[in-house]
Amino acid sequence: MTRKHILVALVQDKPGVLNRIASTLRRRNFNIESIAVGHIEIPHLSRMTITLEGDDAKVEQVRKQLDRVVEVIRISDITYENPVEREMAMIKVKASASTRSEIIQIVDIFRANIVDVSPDSLIIVAVGNQEKVETFIELLRGFGIRELSRTGTIALPRGGAGPLTIDESKPLRHVVEHVLTEEEENLPNW
Amino acid sequence: MKTGAEILCECLLKEGVEVVFGFPGGVLLPLYDTFPKYPELRHILVRHEQGAAHAADAYARVTGKIGVCLATSGPGATNLVTGIANAYLDSAPMLAITGQVPTFFIGKDAFQEVDITGVTIPITKYNHLVLDAAELAEYIREAIYVAQSGRPGPVLLDIPRDVLQTKTDFVFPEKVDLPGYKPKLFGHPAQIKKASDLINTVERPVIIAGRGVNVSRAFAELKELAEKSQIPVVTTFLGIGCFPESHVLSYGWLGMHGMGYANKAIHHSDLVVAIGMRFDDRATGVVSAFAPQARIIHIDIDAAEIGKNLNADVPIVGDIKNVLQVLNKQITKREHVSWLSQLDEWRAIHPATEVRDHEGLLPQYIIRQIHEVTKGDTIIVTDVGQHQMWAGQYFFYDKPNSFVSSGGLGTMGFGLPASIGAKVGAPHETVWCICGDGGFQMTVQELATMVQENLDINIAVMNNGWLGMVRQWQELIYEKRYFGTQLYNPDFVKIAEAYGIKGVKVNKKIDVRPAIEKAMAHKGPFLIEFVVEPEENVYPFVPPGKTLVEFLEMPSPSGSLKK
Repeated sequence: MTRKHILVALVQDKPGVLNRIASTLRRRNFNIESIAVGHIEIPHLSRMTITLEGDDAKVEQVRKQLDRVVEVIRISDITYENPVEREMAMIKVKASASTRSEIIQIVDIFRANIVDVSPDSLIIVAVGNQEKVETFIELLRGFGIRELSRTGTIALPRGGAGPLTIDESKPLRHVVEHVLTEEEENLPNW
Repeated sequence: MKTGAEILCECLLKEGVEVVFGFPGGVLLPLYDTFPKYPELRHILVRHEQGAAHAADAYARVTGKIGVCLATSGPGATNLVTGIANAYLDSAPMLAITGQVPTFFIGKDAFQEVDITGVTIPITKYNHLVLDAAELAEYIREAIYVAQSGRPGPVLLDIPRDVLQTKTDFVFPEKVDLPGYKPKLFGHPAQIKKASDLINTVERPVIIAGRGVNVSRAFAELKELAEKSQIPVVTTFLGIGCFPESHVLSYGWLGMHGMGYANKAIHHSDLVVAIGMRFDDRATGVVSAFAPQARIIHIDIDAAEIGKNLNADVPIVGDIKNVLQVLNKQITKREHVSWLSQLDEWRAIHPATEVRDHEGLLPQYIIRQIHEVTKGDTIIVTDVGQHQMWAGQYFFYDKPNSFVSSGGLGTMGFGLPASIGAKVGAPHETVWCICGDGGFQMTVQELATMVQENLDINIAVMNNGWLGMVRQWQELIYEKRYFGTQLYNPDFVKIAEAYGIKGVKVNKKIDVRPAIEKAMAHKGPFLIEFVVEPEENVYPFVPPGKTLVEFLEMPSPSGSLKK
């Protein structure tokens, strides 16, 4: 079944990582809908959230290929884990004296924020899932959008420890001598 | 304090590297100025960087150790690309070292600057541009570890000239710190249990053994599995040699030019035990019709191979040696008398390894003669094309890693430089390089390398005046519309002579054996040009878009089969 998938990855913060990941996805003909990268609470590690369209089996295949990238520490498809998804959009919209109040009403309904005001425009920051952000943008379109920037989705699975959670039970560091014990292995999910 | 170049040499020696196949250039001069200080590191000067990469690749396949090739920045680096891709597709552990323009020139389109780490991302397991001499040792250690562990493959380090010159403290890192790299070495016990349950109950099992068995050196384990459970063994093209072909349970290799009986065995089996192979399209024919009645056990160290081309009923991710050791304890002794006799019947109806009686000079006959003279005790290195398939079919391989060929990438020009790597890696073995007239000319310059290093390599050039494999497709699939495939060839013996290599030309069957014996007796490189039947085809042949059992066989009555 083709649908939107959300892959989250923990990667080493080294040059070329983003390139290798993008290159693997390109090779398999995936169109990346969005990709968001940022540091996490542990130094030298970043988290990537990749959203893309694809059939379950193909996405699982590319996930395994991405897992081969040396700098990728863990990668997981959290599509079916009911994740909390958010993205942020900054929208600069035309606003005259006559339209400003109507725009402010829409901003209130969507619990967005106006972060800059100038005589003929407003900059609005909206946060929500992809659907909400898109609906919001559609509503503002009629007023005239001058500039638009979106961060792309970031997501966390609900509940306790997620697939990328790092704790003592799942040691992060591996060295040459380290051999995975059978207890460390999980049943493959294919 | 040591320079980057000294650190590089010391790290290579610490990692057990003995040979570097290289070609110098401007930005590598600091390194070439350093090599004389490390005489235990043997540098072999090739004539083209592609040759360095193929030699390193073959060296790695024969020795199981990492092969190292070295090229300068820009054109030197890009000339390695074909060889790196070849090693990537055939999973050979290789370290490619490229010089780079000095750091202050990077990104400015400097003379001989190419972003080689960018270029090689899709064809390396790992690559890095090293910007600081202090990090060099760590990167070398990581790169070599990654190349050799898990599913082996090529890695590349790009080192700017000033990094080679910078002096810094040298500490050889004791450990590799790669939190994201964790090859799975042991198969999951529950999956192995499922596999043994299947093996213990099915009636028509087949093992398909691939290059992974060679890499993992699981020869004894494979043999134990086959013998204990009486399972016929078919190899892939790159798996040739991982199971002795003289063994009673050996049934050749599968695929487009595989033996008809091997393909039939797979098609009619009820269980395929795929070990260290990846269901390549040349091996499977139409994949949706591959082994239609069989359940599939797929054992591979690379999780990304499982389910890629074919869904596995029982996936086992792990090192083959480890997995088979556990599996062998769980299987019971079995007999498959009627299944094996069915296979023998197919082998009788579809002979694929018998040289037919024919007056002209057949390449198949030559290969068989090489087998008889060497008694099979040689390393066969091939180029790509018809002769490659015949070398797979008409020679019988009993020794592991005695067959070196470009399988995944199908690189014409691989043979000659690869035979250099094989001979350097196994100096006490006889090496035969079997080439076609097309591929031989792609890397012919490496004859000079052989002479300079005085390598005792026997070269057989099968000269049919055509790019034979392409001509065969034009004949069989494009209704004999030959175009761009006929070769106007030089005199290969004279070419050899110009390089200082002894050679003979053979036109007749009667001269084949003496020529082979002469080559074997000669110390140093020796070339035989065999002028063979021009329009001989490789059979069996599974045409593209067909299933494995729809193979074409040699049309009779062009000659009766010799029993």
